[in-house]
Amino acid sequence: MKREDIRVCILRVGGTNCDAETQTAFEALGVQAEILHANDVVKRGNLMDYDALVFPGGFSFGDYVRAGAIWAKWLVAKLSKELKAFFDEERPILGICNGFQVLVEAGFLPAFDGITQYPEAALATNHPPGYHCRWVYLKHENRGKCVFTCNIQEGKVLRMPVAHAEGRFLFPKEKEELYLERLYDNDQLVFRYCDKNGNPADGVYPINPNGSFHDIAGICNPEGTVLGLMPHPERAFYWWQQPDWTRQTLMPFYGDGKLIFEGLIEYLEKKF
Amino acid sequence: MKFRLKVEVGLKPGHSDPEGETAARLLKELGYKVERVNVSKVYTILLEAGSKNEALLRAEEMCRRLLANPTKDNYTITVEEEK
Repeated sequence: MKREDIRVCILRVGGTNCDAETQTAFEALGVQAEILHANDVVKRGNLMDYDALVFPGGFSFGDYVRAGAIWAKWLVAKLSKELKAFFDEERPILGICNGFQVLVEAGFLPAFDGITQYPEAALATNHPPGYHCRWVYLKHENRGKCVFTCNIQEGKVLRMPVAHAEGRFLFPKEKEELYLERLYDNDQLVFRYCDKNGNPADGVYPINPNGSFHDIAGICNPEGTVLGLMPHPERAFYWWQQPDWTRQTLMPFYGDGKLIFEGLIEYLEKKF
Repeated sequence: MKFRLKVEVGLKPGHSDPEGETAARLLKELGYKVERVNVSKVYTILLEAGSKNEALLRAEEMCRRLLANPTKDNYTITVEEEK
């Protein structure tokens, strides 16, 4: 598939944010990206016209019930056939922040044995509590399964901002160790919070900004085609979005967030 | 028949409750001998159903499908007929 033919659908509903930044990132890399209201996609029935799907950040439906829960169950009710086809055809699906919460609540992640009816994980209230908006370091832990990060060296440390109140990744207590083992065995672990040298956060705030189990910041499905992460790559796309740009004399033109979008695009170019 | 469901969704034991811990800390500072605070959400739902048992089954379904995440949440349901 040629880069200029790639069409990315960025879904939005009330409360979505950073959809425009996500669109800008994709367009800067030479692909077509459209922001579509989820109601319009249902009305037109045109989700399968797109090659990739993005659930952006924000606070869909006001984060009522639980962050991402309402939108997730809405999607299951209205678009499950199309979403399942998207998933089965291994077209890439990216969930950023609230998008990650939506994918977990909808059973698309971790999806150890395929899409589940009920969530197998949760993104719970931050510990320490509150809305945390800060730059964090992430260690890339994937060994090559995740199509979004297969160009990123294992162990590389990336810098991106988080901005959420419910980002504490959890597994059911009684299955914590089992599920963690499955994440490693299937190569589903993608990003963990770390310090700037790549040392694990070990749950220590603010290196781990939300108290996530095992410092988990992002995971993919066993096929590597669905990625959910709490940090915002679209807010770390250009050099001037970074917090220290006024203090640096020379910075690379792009920030680390670009790597995620580029990975998605290169996967589509190669596979389809 | 109309039923009034009260669904309380709270955290399963073993999961930390940052909101409860914060409230407990402040209540202690206000002088109360508070040992622990657990936060839960209560949904009051008016529902048409053929029987009390059916209303209870519907409420359980609602919890599984939306109101609770089985990873971390427990729920309790009480049903009363609405006169």
